[in-house]
Amino acid sequence: VSSTATLEGKGQLKFTSGKWSPHHNCSQLATANDTAIRGWDLRTMSQIYCIENAHGQLVRDLDFNPNRQYYLASCGDDCKVKFWDVRNVQEPVKTLEEHSHWVWSVRYNHSHDQLVLTASSDSRLILSNMVSISSEPFGHLVDDEELSEGEDNHQDVKAKEPLKDSVVSTYEEHEDSVYAAEWSSADPWLFASLSYDGRLVINRVPRALKYRILL
Amino acid sequence: MDGEADGTVGMSEDCGPGRRRRVHGMLKLYYGLNEEGKAAEESESLDPCDINGPHFDPELYLNKLRRECSLAELMDQETCMVKQIRSLDSDMQTLVYENYNKFISATDTIRKMKNDFKKMEDEMDCLSANMAAITEFSASISGTLQDQHTQITKLSGVHTLLRKLQFLFELPARLNKCLELQAYAQAVSSHRRARCVLQQYSHLPSFKGIQDDCHAIMDKLAQELRQKFRDGGSSAKDLSECVELLLQLDEPAEELCDKFLSHARSRLESDLQGLEAEIRPYPSASAVKDASARRLSSTAGAGSLTNNSPKTSTLPSPTSNTDILEFIDRGCNEFVSSLCLVITSYQELFINHAQTGELASKNIPQMANAKLHVFVDDLAAHYFSLVERRIQEEKGVGDNSLLVRALDRFHRRLQAVAKLLPGSTVPNKGTEIVIRAATERVKQYLSALQSFYMDSLTDVRQALATPRLSVAGASVAGGGALLGGPASGRDAPTSLPELLSSLSASILNQIKSVLASVHLFTAKDITFSNKPYFKGEFCSQGVRESLVVSFIKFVCQSSRQFCESAGDKGGSTPPALLLLLSRLCLDYETSTISYILTLTDEQFLVQHHSPVTPVTTLCAEAREAAQKLLNHYVKVQGLIISQMLRKSVETRDWVNTIEPRNVRAVMKRVVEDTTSIDVQVGLLYEEGVRKAHSSDSSKRTFSVYSSSRQQARYAASYTPSAPMDTNLLSNIHKLFSERIDIFSSVEFNKVSVMTGIIKISLKTFLECVRLRTFGRYGLQQIQVDCHYLQMYLWRFVSDENLVHFLLDEIVGSSAHRCLDPAPMEQSVIEVICERGRRQYCLQSRLHLHVIHRRPIMRPNSQAPKHKSSHDTEREFGGTLGAICIPIFLPLTVLFLICVSRSPEASVLQWHPPLPSTDQLWDPLAPVLLLGWVALHALLYLMPLGKV
Repeated sequence: VSSTATLEGKGQLKFTSGKWSPHHNCSQLATANDTAIRGWDLRTMSQIYCIENAHGQLVRDLDFNPNRQYYLASCGDDCKVKFWDVRNVQEPVKTLEEHSHWVWSVRYNHSHDQLVLTASSDSRLILSNMVSISSEPFGHLVDDEELSEGEDNHQDVKAKEPLKDSVVSTYEEHEDSVYAAEWSSADPWLFASLSYDGRLVINRVPRALKYRILL
Repeated sequence: MDGEADGTVGMSEDCGPGRRRRVHGMLKLYYGLNEEGKAAEESESLDPCDINGPHFDPELYLNKLRRECSLAELMDQETCMVKQIRSLDSDMQTLVYENYNKFISATDTIRKMKNDFKKMEDEMDCLSANMAAITEFSASISGTLQDQHTQITKLSGVHTLLRKLQFLFELPARLNKCLELQAYAQAVSSHRRARCVLQQYSHLPSFKGIQDDCHAIMDKLAQELRQKFRDGGSSAKDLSECVELLLQLDEPAEELCDKFLSHARSRLESDLQGLEAEIRPYPSASAVKDASARRLSSTAGAGSLTNNSPKTSTLPSPTSNTDILEFIDRGCNEFVSSLCLVITSYQELFINHAQTGELASKNIPQMANAKLHVFVDDLAAHYFSLVERRIQEEKGVGDNSLLVRALDRFHRRLQAVAKLLPGSTVPNKGTEIVIRAATERVKQYLSALQSFYMDSLTDVRQALATPRLSVAGASVAGGGALLGGPASGRDAPTSLPELLSSLSASILNQIKSVLASVHLFTAKDITFSNKPYFKGEFCSQGVRESLVVSFIKFVCQSSRQFCESAGDKGGSTPPALLLLLSRLCLDYETSTISYILTLTDEQFLVQHHSPVTPVTTLCAEAREAAQKLLNHYVKVQGLIISQMLRKSVETRDWVNTIEPRNVRAVMKRVVEDTTSIDVQVGLLYEEGVRKAHSSDSSKRTFSVYSSSRQQARYAASYTPSAPMDTNLLSNIHKLFSERIDIFSSVEFNKVSVMTGIIKISLKTFLECVRLRTFGRYGLQQIQVDCHYLQMYLWRFVSDENLVHFLLDEIVGSSAHRCLDPAPMEQSVIEVICERGRRQYCLQSRLHLHVIHRRPIMRPNSQAPKHKSSHDTEREFGGTLGAICIPIFLPLTVLFLICVSRSPEASVLQWHPPLPSTDQLWDPLAPVLLLGWVALHALLYLMPLGKV
């Protein structure tokens, strides 16, 4: 605990969630309280952006896109998952409405940021493929192939038709509200989810999609 | 005999045809009878005895008579016969005599004629001789007169030549005179006559002089004409005369055309400027100046009529905002009619004349025509732009008939131009303007409809807001603070169906009136309604698509916007409005859309040339909108209730709470709000279908079952040895129960809506409970609350198992989250809940009763039963009071008896003298007591139901 600059004076409500931004030398973090998302800069200890009314009801969780520095995903009690560009906080870049109850957790895949995992208290876990707002949109990477050989997320296919934004699969193994979902830090295709009934479910990204992304 | 008679008749036609006919008739009569008889007999046999037959044999006939007849008969026969013969003879004689006379007269006549002819022949001969003599004479006379005749003809030729020459010599003078008298036409015609001659003999010096003079004069004349032409003050007729003369003077036609047209243009443009002055939205300085100038001129011109001049001057000032009909009228009368005049005179002059007279080279008509077209197009474009500006100013949707009539007039007058100038684009452009105006008008109507719709929505909003305040205020005053809540939710919707019906009726009326006024565009007597555009495209695309269909789409769109814009906070639109709109959209889907479209199709006879939006897609859209609205309504209401629940759960310290004594007030609020929502929805939507088992008995058994199961579960969760069992139990239960979609879309009925709202609320409750930690009494409080909710909420939902499941889940979750899970006794829970219910009933029965027609009937019917099972023991102050009654009541009686028996009857004097036991003991009393108890037992056993 190096610096304890309390910034809570701005809002009486408690923070529901907070997250470090993996970019900018970890000097930024975002917090959620009630329906607003606030971004903070630790160097100046001041608010840098604020998404008022990010969700109709409580914001439950948020996550930064690991590859695109201005993108973040949020989820809340209005059953929606929203993707934001913090440079333009007026409206979301994209909104998903797949769940039928509160969304408790949203997670980007660490290396393939088009894969987004959401966990909801409708006891479902949904894996979505958000190609259009990922860091590897289809088509422009033919030239960059040599340049970005080291990174595996920059190996795209030339001849395939573009993948559309879609729900990859819905996992209904849980019998009760799913409260957390997380990607494996070792294997980018592995993820786990935890529900109220004490069940931990570990799943893989479907093989077809995996090859689609890799090849 | 007949033939003879005919012959005589032919000979003497004029000798009394009357008599002849009579005789002939008599004969015919005489023979006719016989002939008929003969004919009858002839067919049978050739009877020789028939006296009239051709085979008559007198011998046979005589014999027959002699044989058959008596003497008297024979005598009769004979006299008869003689009589007949005699009459026949006399007839024959008269006939012969007549014919003879005629013959004789004929021969006489012939002889006379022969004589006459001979005389005539002689005269003819004489005549021919005379004629021959006459011809001889005439030949001789002509021969003698020959010489003189030739001389006379020569002389007359010389005379005419001389006259011509005289004319020529006099020509300059005459022309001068004409010029002085301004009889230009005469001058030109004289000059034309002389021109060729002068041209021919121009080599002779004298003629040359004349010609030069004439030329000079004619030049002057032409100059003058041009001057006149240029002045422009003259009327159109004068002008055309001028042009005609100039044309005859061999002026270059092109130049004349240009001049003529430019002159006409200046005049027409002045007309247009007049129109333009009218268009200016507000009477600008120029208009005022114009008016004042007009006044000046009128005063100057009228002179004595100064009294009228103020009136005339006041009139033009408001012309700047005249209505469109007047404007178009003026445009037609001034501009279009003078344009027509110009066109006709121009055509008369330059085109028709040129064709007949062949004044100059052949291509003049074409040239002139082209110029005319350019001219007309140019001016018409200007005119059209003015008209269009004026039409665009016509923003209000008030009186469409005026616009239509104006457009009609405009269009009709342009037809005249079209007739005059067949190849012109003017009428097409005019039609385009009309079409544009019509589409513009349709657009305006659409926006008017939309604004009307929005306005009426605002009205509805206000209507929803105002009675709530007034009525709620009244009810609060009457029933205390708690009543304000339900009253506010309840009294507003009493007018909901009325609001809905008035809203839809007013929208429908508005649509109808708009359709009626748009219908004017296609009325039979309007000229442009025959255009193919107005027959086809205007009806289908213009009216149906861009008016009606887009309005319906707008309605759906705006309703959907209510869901989206309000999605952030939910508070911006009142939920009742959402409900109302949803019902409105649903009504549209079921009937109104098809009704409106059929109405439109009927009124406009839409022929579906182009693909039009079918009714089904609109219906689908409306249904979708209705669904969205209803879903949103459920979400909003669910959110309100769940916020209440969440706040109540989050703000409380559940670990250190006290032992539950009552149902929390929040739960009562929840039930109240749910009831009021139920009423609200019930006003607009039908009841809907519930699942089968929702009777009292099933409810009761279920509650027993669930409570017993709960207890079993808590019991299991006490023991640390079997923590898996609880999970297993609940998981197994979940495996077999269906998954519940919390925010799923609802059906269009009350039960479904209520189920949705309750699902959302209870799920929120569940999630909130899971985030908290509970102490022992916290768990018990939750138990009480859940039981209370269960008592009330089951009747709102379609499947009560759902409620039970969710409530079980809540209790189960709180048991999991409990530090010291010691569940409350089921009976105690029930007691507490009953207490809460009674309070609630007391509070709410006053008003709920009256207004909740259906939903409150059920709890009423079952409330006494609950009371009988639990409440009897709690009357008179509960168990303790009940025990006290049999002990203290007899003692009090005894005390009173003792006191009354003492001499001073003082209450204060303690230990009153006890009466003797035999005084107290009456053998009848225990018998009576026993009888009373037996009566109760009897009543209890009798099958009357529970007391």
